[in-house]
Amino acid sequence: MQIDVQTVNIAQKNQTFTHLKKRFGDKKIPSRYQEASYDLQAVENLHYRPTWAPEQELYDPNLSKIRMSDWYDLKDPRQFYYSTYTLNRAKQQETMESNFKTVESLNLIEGMPDPVLKITQDLLIPLRHLNYASNLNNTLVCGYGYGTVFTQPCVYHAMDNLGIAQYLSRLGLMIGDVESLEAAKQDWMESDAWQPLRRSLEDLMCVRDPVEVFIKQNFVLDGLLYPLVYQRIVDKHLLELGGSGISILTQFMTNWYLESVRWVDSVVKTMAAESAENKAVLEEWIDSAANHFTSVLLPVAGLAVEGNHTDELVSEVHEGLMKRATKAGLFK
Amino acid sequence: MDIKKTPKKLNVKEKYRLMTRDLAWEPSYRDEKEIYPYVDYEGIKVHDWSKWEDPFRLTMDAYWKYQAEKERKYYAIIDAHAQNNGHLNVTDARYLTAIKLFLQGISPGEYAAHRGFARVGREFAGVGPQVACQMQSIDEIRHAQTQVHAMSNYNKFYNGFKDFATQRDRIWYTSVPRSFFDDAMSAGPFEFLIAIGFSFEYVLTNLLFVPFMSGAAYNGDMATCTFGFSAQSDEARHMTLGLECIKFMLEQDPDNIPIVQKWIDKWFWRGCRLLTLVAAMMDYMLPKRVMSWREAWNIYGVENGNALFRDLARYGIKPPMHWDDVEKSIDHTSHQIMLGLYQWKFGTAFHAWTPSASDIEWLKEKYPTTFEKYYLPRWEYAIAQKEAGGEYNNFGLPKLCQTCQLPCLFTEPDDPTQLCHRETEYEGEKYHFCSDGCQHVFEQEPEKYVQAWLPMPALMQEPLKGDLAAWMEWVSLEPTAAGEYANSEDKANFEKWRKQVSTD
Amino acid sequence: MSKVFIILQANEDTRPIVEAIEQDNPDAEVVHEPAMVKVQAEGSLVVRRETIEEEIGREFDMQELNINLITLSGNVDEDEDALTLTWNS
Repeated sequence: MQIDVQTVNIAQKNQTFTHLKKRFGDKKIPSRYQEASYDLQAVENLHYRPTWAPEQELYDPNLSKIRMSDWYDLKDPRQFYYSTYTLNRAKQQETMESNFKTVESLNLIEGMPDPVLKITQDLLIPLRHLNYASNLNNTLVCGYGYGTVFTQPCVYHAMDNLGIAQYLSRLGLMIGDVESLEAAKQDWMESDAWQPLRRSLEDLMCVRDPVEVFIKQNFVLDGLLYPLVYQRIVDKHLLELGGSGISILTQFMTNWYLESVRWVDSVVKTMAAESAENKAVLEEWIDSAANHFTSVLLPVAGLAVEGNHTDELVSEVHEGLMKRATKAGLFK
Repeated sequence: MDIKKTPKKLNVKEKYRLMTRDLAWEPSYRDEKEIYPYVDYEGIKVHDWSKWEDPFRLTMDAYWKYQAEKERKYYAIIDAHAQNNGHLNVTDARYLTAIKLFLQGISPGEYAAHRGFARVGREFAGVGPQVACQMQSIDEIRHAQTQVHAMSNYNKFYNGFKDFATQRDRIWYTSVPRSFFDDAMSAGPFEFLIAIGFSFEYVLTNLLFVPFMSGAAYNGDMATCTFGFSAQSDEARHMTLGLECIKFMLEQDPDNIPIVQKWIDKWFWRGCRLLTLVAAMMDYMLPKRVMSWREAWNIYGVENGNALFRDLARYGIKPPMHWDDVEKSIDHTSHQIMLGLYQWKFGTAFHAWTPSASDIEWLKEKYPTTFEKYYLPRWEYAIAQKEAGGEYNNFGLPKLCQTCQLPCLFTEPDDPTQLCHRETEYEGEKYHFCSDGCQHVFEQEPEKYVQAWLPMPALMQEPLKGDLAAWMEWVSLEPTAAGEYANSEDKANFEKWRKQVSTD
Repeated sequence: MSKVFIILQANEDTRPIVEAIEQDNPDAEVVHEPAMVKVQAEGSLVVRRETIEEEIGREFDMQELNINLITLSGNVDEDEDALTLTWNS
């Protein structure tokens, strides 16, 4: 007997899973993102309360001050599920690999002016510790947030932060071997420029409201830091000083930030549009954190640029962040 | 510092240390206890987190690279499977019951593991285990998603797949795996790692994924086989993490040994109870079989388990407490579970059937001391009823075990003719158990297990009050998805479609 | 003595790997099952990069093993040159 299964046309019984039909109807075949993301988290009849916090539910929307009638409204515009996420990063990783090879084979580090290397060492390499904090913060949001479309991108974001910390480590090893990482760690732990930021991150690591952590880390801090460090200092200032090699090796960070802004802004916008209460909470978090982190980043910016230039740079990025907040429907 | 120093070549271990371990710092503005509030309430003592050994040293660039390669392979196969009506390649549609159970019961567990590992990946106070757990967290969401994607195509043509999300939370038998994962997630970070990382991954997933998935391939289901093996390649990392974690705890402080032993005892038993469902899948639901549950247990349970516990003996760890009871049950459980599923098939979103003549021959051969003596007569009774035009159903509600949530249908370890039933009174209430193992687990932590949501009592309470039709609606169970396989739409359609595509 | 094992998907990528393992572990036993191949040995088993490279005629990164690995048993020690599985008993 021969089977030729390809030729036959069989009527389908179901277009889609029931939970997707309820959300999106069954006119269209659901996307793999939808299948991979919606209603994956258990909702009811949870068996036991956490022994680590018996006042909480195993999945508990009340861990946050932010309230959503449906947490699945917080969709990721990039539509990342594991496969699309991984394939994307694998492609970027390949580019970065060839960037590292290029810089190595052309001996670009060798020819780089001392001020470029000094700024790279003083400003960029210590940031690997900041990425580690962000890795932990996003892991917390993934672990304790509510609803897969909100929590899923956070584990990807956490791993991205680990990846960035590792790219920065490679950069450090390239410019100054293990001593570069040691010096950067010492700066992170002791030098005046870094202490306010380190203190703020230790404070943030004590926060347990998953949305508050998300907002302060991903919207506010990253929203100030990446434009400041990568867009303005690396891609402009260092370039002027002859440091194109460095901006090749931070290309991942630049592109990654632009990509993740779309996701983060969309989450903020949807939360803000949900209710006046949400809006008020978000405004309070963003306003206070933006002012705080702006002041904290001043001495960090000072590692690369001189005196009154720093104020200018930092208030520029603060303004940029507040513009994003307004676009997301806040402060108006 | 000397900038522009030529970097020396670092070996993998040193490089990995710099890329992960070295990222963390000791907080000085805040107390560690504020950052890691849950790390010591279980009583596990850790003196030096840096003693953690990383077994696989994957940096993110390598992780993205190799995982992407796996993903490309995987989706190429399931796309081809969908485009070419691959579902008609399975041996026969009885097989679908196994993968319906998988989607309703196991995939939600993968998702729970994803969330649980994110939590412990945040709560451990050392960067080594943090990163290892985070990587497992992202792997586990991969598994949940690849499984849903593989089943999506089956859902287009067969009953029983479409509302797995409701059934995950409401139907009675999914409460078995979910209570297992809820139990682990509601425990502290170290116990979670023993539960999932060690007992489930190291001791038990080989039984779930390796022989069963090989069986899926043998039954023509390349979609399932592919997600199974593709997932299992991550499990190899996860199992190693579980083993490392156990060694780490045992090496940190001798006071940890009795705590770890207690968890091994508990989770080995919990895991073995959960795997009774897999036993039925292997012995009854694969139309063509690769090996029996007994054979799989001998290889992956006895041989591999013994090797592991001989290795751990140097720390003073003993084999799990109820090991002998498990061993005694192996020749019985698949038959007991399948008979149970058969008599309650009116309430399952999958089909059940009585074994065919050739199935019976195979079962006799594989279970020479038990099948013919204890279980064949019960199957023959069901077959006779069917032949007389009736159907063997048990509309009485089974009594569920308070711990594992399976119906109390197992027999005494030393007397296969006696149903095993245990009771414990706690704060004036009586609780029922299927076994000494489950009773023991309850008695260690009664305040936890009294909270269990039991689906059968729920049926008798408001708002359903015993109304079966209302219950079926509530659990989203359509009559076409339940009942005897021989009369099912799935069978009729599968055979019709196969005829359409077959030429002599 | 306890048995350690490694199981790989059965495909063209793993054929040379299995051959390399057999060369480095003359006492190992190779078992073929549907879609998978299991290599087991008493006490310990080693997978060497150099031998695989000789088999495939190109550079091999030990972490490539991940792609086709199904499962293993034993304490794992992996570095850039080899993956070793052992039981201490």
